[in-house]
Amino acid sequence: MKRLKVAILGSGNIGTDLLIKIMRSPYLECSLFIGRHLNSPGMNKASSLGIKISDLSIEAIEKDPDCCQLVFDATSALDHKKHWPILKKLHKNVIDMTPSGIGEMCVPALNIDHCLKYDNVNMITCGGQSAIPLTSVIGKTQKDVEYIEVVSTIATRSAGPATRINLDEYIETTEKGIRKFSGCTNVKAILTISPAQPPIDMQTTIFAKIKKPDIPHLREEASGMVRKIQTYVPGYQLVIPPVLESERVVMMVKVQGLGDYLPKYAGIMDIINCAAIAMAEEYAKKIGQVPDEVVS
Amino acid sequence: MKKILITDVTLRDGNHAISHKITKEQIALYAAAADAAGVPIVEVGHGNGLGASSLQVGESAIDDETMLRTARENLPHAKLGIHVIPGFATINKDLKKALDLGVDVVRVAAHCTETDITQRHINYVRDRGKEAYGVLMMSHMTSKETLVEECQKMESYGAEGVMIFDSAGAYLPAEVSERIEELIDNLQIPVGFHAHNNLGMGIANSVAAAEAGASMIDGSARGFGAGSGNAQLEVLVAVLEKMGYSTDIDLYKLLDAADIAENNLVKEIPRIKSLSIVSGLAGVFSGFSKPVERISKEYDVDPRDVFFELGRRQVVAGQEDIIIDVVAKLASQKKER
Repeated sequence: MKRLKVAILGSGNIGTDLLIKIMRSPYLECSLFIGRHLNSPGMNKASSLGIKISDLSIEAIEKDPDCCQLVFDATSALDHKKHWPILKKLHKNVIDMTPSGIGEMCVPALNIDHCLKYDNVNMITCGGQSAIPLTSVIGKTQKDVEYIEVVSTIATRSAGPATRINLDEYIETTEKGIRKFSGCTNVKAILTISPAQPPIDMQTTIFAKIKKPDIPHLREEASGMVRKIQTYVPGYQLVIPPVLESERVVMMVKVQGLGDYLPKYAGIMDIINCAAIAMAEEYAKKIGQVPDEVVS
Repeated sequence: MKKILITDVTLRDGNHAISHKITKEQIALYAAAADAAGVPIVEVGHGNGLGASSLQVGESAIDDETMLRTARENLPHAKLGIHVIPGFATINKDLKKALDLGVDVVRVAAHCTETDITQRHINYVRDRGKEAYGVLMMSHMTSKETLVEECQKMESYGAEGVMIFDSAGAYLPAEVSERIEELIDNLQIPVGFHAHNNLGMGIANSVAAAEAGASMIDGSARGFGAGSGNAQLEVLVAVLEKMGYSTDIDLYKLLDAADIAENNLVKEIPRIKSLSIVSGLAGVFSGFSKPVERISKEYDVDPRDVFFELGRRQVVAGQEDIIIDVVAKLASQKKER
């Protein structure tokens, strides 16, 4: 049985890390790795791994539509807006890694089965993937949630140029995701890029204002959710379980990466890429792909 | 006579000192007094700037719109300025509205090595025909060579000037001179400096910056700002004028404005407390002093240890959540002993 053929559009940090993770997947095979410059670090990495590469951007898929069934778009929100109409016409399934906000928002721990119905699935943002499952636990276990705030800090080297240029979209898409999955309408997302050397691990803190917080119930459900996330993001840890600090409910998560393309501090890669791969594998299973021996 | 462009940050940086609880009346009163003194730019807002009211940093007592509207009504001559950190404020949610409300000057800030996040905000402000400056916060954390590269990026985005902030009050005068000279040698646009007084160097560092060629300097009434405060504005203006610089500010009326600030919005005149010294030595953002004090007390740990550990972790503004992490770790180590 063959593995599902996927193409990666975008040869930056996210795209290149995805490639390395896909090569370990028993369900997926990267048939084309697409960028804009043959000499970029990501393209060099892909060629050194024996992967077919192209510098034609979206045209590479237009010219050879049979190269893949599923496309990971790891470019930028603005680029995805241009890519989507083309990919839709070619009947490709798309997993959008950018905060474009076009596709159905997907958090594997919460709605992976629901997302199988959609041809464009959006992975929201790294901060969204780390925080939204816990904000949904807040929504589920607490009454009268007045406000939720999510603050993520990432290391400078782990934020590539597209992440930086997409900062506003990052914030707005993360907020949209929190609203959808927590049910709380008054929300805020903040992102800080830390210049510290050596770099810090990705960290996300969730704050909430709740009229009468039920901390024991929240703790119990949060730790269950963390275990669920750890099945696809091994480096996800709840470092401060829910506590009440000066009338704010606070919990803090650290994400250590697998160290595939960027070092382990770049949990930002792992949280969103592991989520995207969980989604793609689920899709492969749905259309009847069975696990293949991984040749490495 | 060489001209120095003064930005008065009392109504923005001072907001840190009162946990962002500035009122409409206080803004109206002080803005009118600063305007009457001929202060060219009055900066207003939450301590971390536009869109920064949050549980992470502290909630404002009044929203951004009310702050800006009130200031605008009371600044018939002065330009209205704001501080904007991308990652807190977005163009659609915050910046568009602020410019619609009559903001003239936008200072787009990033931590010392992260200026590329300022590009879209700077472009947007320029496209709207308003003044845009770039700010490097926590500038002591990196080398002067890196500061030059980062400031050149902001210059290329269209910034009309760049400011380096000593957010932790960590510099000594020679370090300021060295950096300002290097920037001036390598940039076409004006260069400025924003001091904090943790090590008692607020005025000395500002003077060093001016002597090295900086043409924009920040100050606040009675030094009203985060931690041990900023360069005290009325002292700064008096000293600069005495040295032969021109600020176009009426000193008597500025002294009146400072008295109004002291009587109406300064809860406690900033002074160099024991913790401020530690924060300056550790190179930690001055705005952390209130939450560090509060959380250390809650968990019964020594706030000085907390500051040095925060310094070791090289935290920056916006990472207030790490305080809880550090305090909780120190508390559990204490229990084990």
